[in-house]
This record gives sequence, C-alpha cells and structure tokens, in this order.
Amino acid sequence: MNLLKVSGSPHVHTDNSVKNIMYGVIYAMIPAMLVSVYFFGLDALRVMVLSVVACLLVEYLLQKYVVKTDVTIWDGSAIITGILLAFNVPSNLPWWIILIGAIVSIGVAKTSFGGLGKNIFNPALVGRVFLLISFPVQMTSWPVPKPIGGTALTDAVTGPTPLGIMKEGLAAGQSVQEIMPEIPNYVQNLMTGFQGGSLGEVSAIALILGAIYMLYRKIITWHTPFAYLGSVVIFSGILWLVDPTQFVDPLFHLVTGGMILGVFYMATDMVSSPMSTRGQLVFGAGAGILTILIRVFGAYPEGVSFAILIMNGFVPLIDRAFKPARFGEMVKS
Amino acid sequence: MFKTFKLGGVHPAENKLSEDKPIQVLPIPKIASIPFSQHLGAPAKVLVARGDVVKAGQLIAKGEAFISANIHSSVSGKVQKIDNIVDTSGFRRPAVVIAVDGDEWEESIDRSPELKTEITLGQKEIIQKINDMGVVGLGGATFPSHVKLMVPEGKKAEVLIINGVECEPYLTSDHRLMLEKGEEMLVGVQILKIALGVNKAIIGIENNKPDAIKHLSDLAQKHEGIEVQGLKVKYPQGAEKQLIKALINREVPSGKLPIEVGAVVNNAGTAFAVYEAVQKNKPLMERVVTLTGKSVKDPGNFMVRIGTPISELIEAAGGLPEDTGKVIGGGPMMGKALNSLEVPVVKGTSGILIMPEKESQREKVLHCIRCSKCVSVCPMGLEPYLLEKLVMFEDWDRTQSEKVMDCIECGSCHYTCPANRPLLDYIRLGKNKVGQIMRSRAGK
Amino acid sequence: MNDVMIFAIASLGGIGIAASVILYFVAQKFKVVEDPRIDEVEESLPAANCGGCGYAGCRAFAEALVKQGDDKSNLDGLNCPVGGNDVMATVASILSLEVEEQDPLIAVVRCNGSHANSPKKVMYEGATSCAFAHNLFSGEGGCSFGCLGLGDCVKSCDFDAIHMNSETGLPEVNDKCVACGACVEACPRDIIELRPKGKKDRRIFVSCVNKEKGGPAKKNCDVACIGCGKCVKVCPFDAITMENNLAYIDPIKCRLCRKCVPECPTEAIHELNFPIPKVKKEPVAVSQPKVQDVKSIKEESPAEAVKEPKSAPAEKPEKPQEKPEDKTNETN
Repeated sequence: MNLLKVSGSPHVHTDNSVKNIMYGVIYAMIPAMLVSVYFFGLDALRVMVLSVVACLLVEYLLQKYVVKTDVTIWDGSAIITGILLAFNVPSNLPWWIILIGAIVSIGVAKTSFGGLGKNIFNPALVGRVFLLISFPVQMTSWPVPKPIGGTALTDAVTGPTPLGIMKEGLAAGQSVQEIMPEIPNYVQNLMTGFQGGSLGEVSAIALILGAIYMLYRKIITWHTPFAYLGSVVIFSGILWLVDPTQFVDPLFHLVTGGMILGVFYMATDMVSSPMSTRGQLVFGAGAGILTILIRVFGAYPEGVSFAILIMNGFVPLIDRAFKPARFGEMVKS
Repeated sequence: MFKTFKLGGVHPAENKLSEDKPIQVLPIPKIASIPFSQHLGAPAKVLVARGDVVKAGQLIAKGEAFISANIHSSVSGKVQKIDNIVDTSGFRRPAVVIAVDGDEWEESIDRSPELKTEITLGQKEIIQKINDMGVVGLGGATFPSHVKLMVPEGKKAEVLIINGVECEPYLTSDHRLMLEKGEEMLVGVQILKIALGVNKAIIGIENNKPDAIKHLSDLAQKHEGIEVQGLKVKYPQGAEKQLIKALINREVPSGKLPIEVGAVVNNAGTAFAVYEAVQKNKPLMERVVTLTGKSVKDPGNFMVRIGTPISELIEAAGGLPEDTGKVIGGGPMMGKALNSLEVPVVKGTSGILIMPEKESQREKVLHCIRCSKCVSVCPMGLEPYLLEKLVMFEDWDRTQSEKVMDCIECGSCHYTCPANRPLLDYIRLGKNKVGQIMRSRAGK
Repeated sequence: MNDVMIFAIASLGGIGIAASVILYFVAQKFKVVEDPRIDEVEESLPAANCGGCGYAGCRAFAEALVKQGDDKSNLDGLNCPVGGNDVMATVASILSLEVEEQDPLIAVVRCNGSHANSPKKVMYEGATSCAFAHNLFSGEGGCSFGCLGLGDCVKSCDFDAIHMNSETGLPEVNDKCVACGACVEACPRDIIELRPKGKKDRRIFVSCVNKEKGGPAKKNCDVACIGCGKCVKVCPFDAITMENNLAYIDPIKCRLCRKCVPECPTEAIHELNFPIPKVKKEPVAVSQPKVQDVKSIKEESPAEAVKEPKSAPAEKPEKPQEKPEDKTNETN
C-alpha cells in the first residue's frame, strides 16, 4: 500500500481549473470570430492566426529563455490575449505591426509583471493602445465589411467608423441630426455587423452570445458589465438630454465601437479587475464614465480601451477600499 | 419553502453513499484506547491507574477546568497502560488503553430500549447530568455541552436550534440517527429546551434528506414548540453562524457567540446523547460513525464504542481498499487526514472517509489569477486570496484587521480555487499566529 | 518691457531672500543635535540590518551602543553577531571603551531525522510552511519534535547560510552563518540553536530534541536521544544534563573531550570537524551523515584566539510544546 497522505482540509476540490476558465473564454469568442471571418474574409482569419501564434511564440520564448520558468503557453491565457488583440485591430493590418502588438502585450504587459495573474493591465489592451499610438494611420484605416458572397455598403475599400464620423462631424460644427444620415441604419447594422471597424467590433449579437455563455459558465459575473453599461447609459443620457444636437443618444454609444467587446471581454478580465462585487460595480461605473468622457470630450473617437486601462490602474485601490460584505456586518433583523 | 443563508457557499458533490444503510452495532474491540482530550478545552484529569479493572460507563477521567468534559470508559476490562498514542489530532497524546474483558456495564445505566418521554429533572439538574455524563457537541467541534447550556448572565436564550443539516458530503450518521432514533431525539430536544429555558426549538434539515424531514415533522406534531424546517442544500450550512442566519435570519456579530442573538445551536446527535444521558443515565461512550468512501466495499453507519481503533471499523465495512490514498476523520471538507489506522474513534468522530489515491492528490499549485471565486464563496465575506498573501508576507497586523479570526475554516475557498492554491492552509496558519499575538497582547 | 523685467527680477529675488531667511531661522530653531559618533558607529557596522543584535536595524543598534557607552561606560550585552569581534573592537575604539571578545556563534540544527533515519510513514501535501505543518500533524516520520523539512529556516535566512539537503530532507548550515538567529525564531519546533563555533570549528552537540521516552522516540527515529543517561555519567566536566528524556550538552562547560560520543547507543551525539585519529578505529561520528559543514575547517576560525569562552550564550528558554489549534467551528 502507498503511504497515507496527510494534508489540511478540505480534501475535495472542484473540477474547475485555470485552464477550464481560459478555454471557456476562448469558446465564448468563437461566434464573434466566425462573424468577423464572414464579414472581412480571409483577412480576418489571417490577422487572428497571426496574432495568436505571435502571442504564443513570444510567451514561449520569454518563459523558456528569459524568465526560465515552466512553459505554460497552453493554459489558454496567451491565446485569449492573441484573439482579443486581433479583435481590436483592423483586418488589413500588416503582419509586423501585429507582431509588435504581441510583443508588447505578452512581453511588456504580462511577462514583465510576472506572468499570468500578476499583470496589472489587460495585456491585449496594452498592446492595442501601444499600436494605436505608434501606428495611428494603419490602426485607423478600417476596411469596410464585405460579406462573403455579398456586396459592401459602399465602393470604398476603407472607411471611418461611426464613432469617427460622429467625432469629425461634431468637430466640424455639425449637429448630431445633420451627421446621423451619414451613418445609415446604425442600430440594425451595428447589431448584425455592417459597420466599418476592427474585427471584434462588427457584430454585437455574436459578442453578446458569447457573453451569455460566459455568464452561464460563471466565468464572469454580471456586476462589471451591468455597472459599465449602466453608467454609460446614465452619463450619456444626461448629456443627451441636456443638448440633443451636440450629444448622441445613449443607444448609439452602446452599440458602436468596442463597447460590447470591452464591457464583456476586457473589463471582466479576472486578473486586472477588482475582487469584490462592490469593487466590480465601482470599477464598471468608473470605466463607463471615463469612456463617455473620452468619446465626447477627448481627442480619440473611441475611449473603451483607455477607460478600462485607467481603471485597471485603480484596481489595487478599489480592492483596498471596497471590501466584500462581511458576515455579521449587516444589521440585525 | 426551503431557507438558506445568503453569503457565499459552495455545493460539492454530495456522495451520500451510505444514506440507506441502517445503523449497525459494531462488535466491541479487543483493545480500546480512550484519549483524555476528546473535547475542546482542557484535557480531563485521569482517575484510573495501570492494572485497575473498569466497567463500561465508569468515569475514568474528570474534566476539572470550566471548559472540559468527563471521559468514561466505553468497555469493561483492565487498564493496560496509560500512554501517549496517536489520536485523531495527528499528534501523540495521552490515553487510557484498556484490554477488553467481557461487557459489564455500570448498574446505574438503564439499558432497556423503551422510550422514556417523561422528564423529571429540573434545569440545574439536567445541566449537571449532562456535565456528569461527559456529553459534548457531536458535530465535530466537540465543545462541552453543559458549558453551552449555561447562558451567561445578562444574555437570554430565545430559541434552540438543532443542527440536522449534515452539509458535509459523504457523511450520513446524523441522517440515520434522525430516521432511527427520531423519537428519542425529540425528547432530547425537549430536555435541552428545559435546560435553556426556551419554549421554541427549530430543527434545520437540508432537503437532500426528505425522509428525515418528513419523519421528524410527523413526530414533532406530538411535541409542543418543536418545528422542523427544510433547508436548501448548500455548504457550509451546518456551521453555527450560517445555520442561525438561514433559520432565523439573524447574524452573529464578528467574534461573538450565538447567544448574542439569542440562539443556541446543538447538533442532532447531541440531542440524542442528551436523551441517553438524562433519561437513561448513560454516559457518552458510543456514537454513530459513518464509514464511507468511493472504493469501500460496504459503506455503512455503525454504532461504535469510543476508543475502538478505526482499523476494526474499516474491517467491518469490507477492509481497506487497495487504492487508498488518504483516510480522513470526519467529512471531506473539514475532516482531518489521519496518519495512522490505529487511531481510536473519539467523541468527535462523525465519520471515517477513505479517499482513493487519485482523488486524494492535490493538483499543482498555480499563480492566483484573481478570479475572485474565493471571495464570492466565502460564507463569512472574507477575502481568502488576500489573507493568503498577507500570511505569506507575515503581515500579522493586517491579517488581523482583515478579520482572519472570523474564518470558520469551512474550506469553501480552497475547494473552489481554480489555481489549486492551498488557501485554507495559510489562513489556518494566520489564525494560529494572530491568535497567539492576540493572547500575548491580552496577557500584557 | 524693462519695467516688467525689473519687476519680475525684483519680486522673485525678494521672495528668494525672504525664503532663505525663514529657512535659516527654522533650521536654527529645529536643529536636532545628534551625536556624531552614532554615524561613525553605524559606518563601522555591517549594514546588514538583520536584527541579530536584537535591535530593529544597524542604526538603532548604533544609537543603543552610543547610549549605553555613555551611560554605563561599557558595552556588555551588546553584540553584533554578523561583524563579530572585529567590528565590536572598532565600535569600542570609537567610543574609547574596552570590549570583551565574544565567542562567535553558529546555528546548529539539532535533528538527524533524515529520510533514512526516520522513514516516512505518511506523506504531507499542502502549504510549504513548517509553521502550518507543525500545527497539522506530528510529521512525516512520526516524530512530533523533529524537523519537518519544509524549509521555514531557509526562507528566514538573509545570508544564504542554510539550505535544505534534498537527500536527507534536513537543513544544513554553511560557513556564511552569522548567528543572527532568524532561523532559530523561524523554526516552530525549536530545533535550531545558536552554539559557540568552538575552537577550529569543533563542536559536540546532541542532535535530537525529542522529549519522549526512549521507546516511542526510537520507534520513530533510529538516531533519537532515548534519554538513557550514559553520556551524563561519562562526562568528566558535568557538561551534560538530562531533562525530559533528553540530553543537553552545555557548550560552555564542554571541553570537547569526546568521551560521550562513542557512549551514545543511538549515535545521537555528533562531533564536528575533529581530525580522524590514525591509530584508533574509525570513530562512530565519522560514519554519520554530517549535518554540518565540513568545509569551514579549512578556514582559520576567529575563535582560535579565544582561550576560554567567557560569557554564556543566551540559552533559549524551553518553549512549551504548542497545542495544535483545534478551534474549528462546528460544521456538520
């Protein structure tokens, strides 16, 4: 007989594991991946494969030769970073820019902090923002979606995103109502994917499908997305009520840009979001307000990435300030 | 309508393999080793010496401190030696080793099986009787029962809660006891009510035992002031504070006892032991133990004399399986891994769980990925991931201010952690250190 | 234009002059007069900030040195274990005092319950923390006094002086040890003791802390002290005491005669760094697994200059075996 084992309790463990969670997130992103391939063709596939392979490769090389730890590239986290990075860039991005993005994401934002679980900022977002600032031209020339077997909305090969159109129009002194006709049927198109934009921005429905799966698997909780979307609606709603000619309605903010992607897939990133549900609510609300602030008053048309990254930086403080409800803290009834 | 507590909780696989097995009486062992310290508090002081002849039910060690309990011999025979033996705590501690000879009981014990419903003793006498008979909480913490029944001055007990939850997976001893000794148990509840001076008792049972809920509800109609309440299945509902929250929706404040909110919690098994002690004059010398495990040939529930080596119990259930990796005293969530098969059954042994090798292995520990699962399952609303880190960095002040002492060691955090971190190991260490620091500060 | 410039220069200049005057008076008013010798003493200390002296750091120790030097004009009881006699002599010369030379100490691991001597009876899984395992169970080998082998002492060491030997499962101290006492604190079972390094690094000690009776002790470990008392009888200097079935060799009284070593039936008394006699049979101790360093014999020990150890090393008070915390709340 083997030696008896001695350990502290508990002696049973759930089947849940880090790998399980990570691959769950990957499964949740499959619908959005398929939709993006449908709209952008093989270009989308090229970007995604390149990005995932680059992320895996960078992580492998760093773990093997630089940090000299166990190689854990198959735990799924690098694949997620790769897909999210691909979701955040246009489909016609040159391969070397994607590689740079992967190096920044995995190398700078993740491995240099100590690997999975130690990074302060969401790696994919750091990569994306780095690319956006370093290669603004390539990163903002959005190919117009051209469904396989269908026709594109316009003859142009590339075009601005709805948010870009809005920002430029408002900057030129036009009112919202004057700009609106330039963005045909935005709600319908945005939900099913006819807008110009990065891979993951095109179809809100596919993203929400994946989010429902993650909620069902309890990979994410409702707190962060709820607070995020709620604060976006409230804050942009207030602005809209104040002056409907200068500020767009809340629905526009909800469905445009990387809002759905950011809210469900990046703000909920376990590693870089707060631990307590109270903290998650604060985190989501803060990110929502920052997003609208950047979109409406900032220089960039899109603010989700920056907002989430800024709030990532506040996570240690939020964790310190917003403790979970302790037992015995609630009033005696 | 099934109630439950609000904060946290997990639902491990129930695996109640032995719930249909009636309680069997295990043969008396050849040698019984009865440790002096089977309860929380000071060890009892030994009264016998080597060579003495003792009867079953005879007092062999007296609990002299305030928090302590009497120990009785569970067998008749000759005291072979008084020595250190490995007990369920994992350490070598003093025990009386008795070589069994026949089965002669003390005359004062009423061994007839008749139900005796009439309660003749008064409040003080009941508590004295429970003290004399060495009754302790049989749920696992083994807190001396008579101390629990003495309501401190200025406090008032309003309701007696009987814990028939048995939220630990695998264990079925309370379940069987409720089914088979339900009437006796209810008399025990009445006795406890008198001892506490309350006129209301609630028996909480999880709804994975519908037969026990029904059986006791039917019986309780004959008894005044006893209510049976079904509860949703959720671990750790059997923890005192969680059970009080679930049943009467009151929260025991941090660092306080249940009496603070007017509740006293006793285990269902304890209620039966109280019946036997008060009505039958029988000391706590045997208890129901579940012997179970996935690869055990014949899992079952056994009435076992205290001091029986668990190896005899394992034999009765078909022998030790080939693939045994771990033997646990108690349930899989809070039980203690035993380091020998010669460990005796003690008052707190509610079950012996034999885990197969492949299930008993802990998985590789990974980095915390901050998934916040541990925070969401903690029934006390603590942050296990943070406590683990603070203990690792030995920041005892902050460990204390993050309320490490509130931890009930239920193991939910450790159970749920996807990165397999030994959270509870570190939290226990933190509790231990912080407790020492607090005591030494209080001493100054 | 000119007016603006003149105004700017004048106003900024004025503010500058005013501020410097204020600063001058503030500096005068709140001047902290500090003994310059404290800085000087601190300079001479090793700056390891290990706390081995009992003070929070080298600065605090320097202050304490200067203070006691002034108040009592001696430095008794103050010693920097890291720097040793050289540093203390320098400090004394700064304070123009005399200091007695101390016998340098070294950490000694008093357990030989290696995997071979105390075979595993169970396997431990869980947090790599001796402090936790100490409260969980008696130990993999069954001895509730012996080394748990999880390396709390290694983690506590700032000097890279103690390491686990994976073969024996026991920690080994090397010659980098400065006797700061961190490992002594860290060990939950009080196995590690600071003992004088001894002449030429020669030491004799009982490598066991088991207080159980002979039978159970021997059952769990082949090399346990069984409390037979043979060494006590044979010692010509009364250096060995027997308490709770455990022999202890007083390093002050011990003259390193080695009479007790062959006497011990369980080879629990270890001798270190003694030359192997050529004529006699190979002494018992040499065949034993060395839990101490053997390298250091090559180096000249500063202890050689010392004829007799003069002051007793602070002996660790016997801590009562801590009861495991069983305060689990009732959950069933």
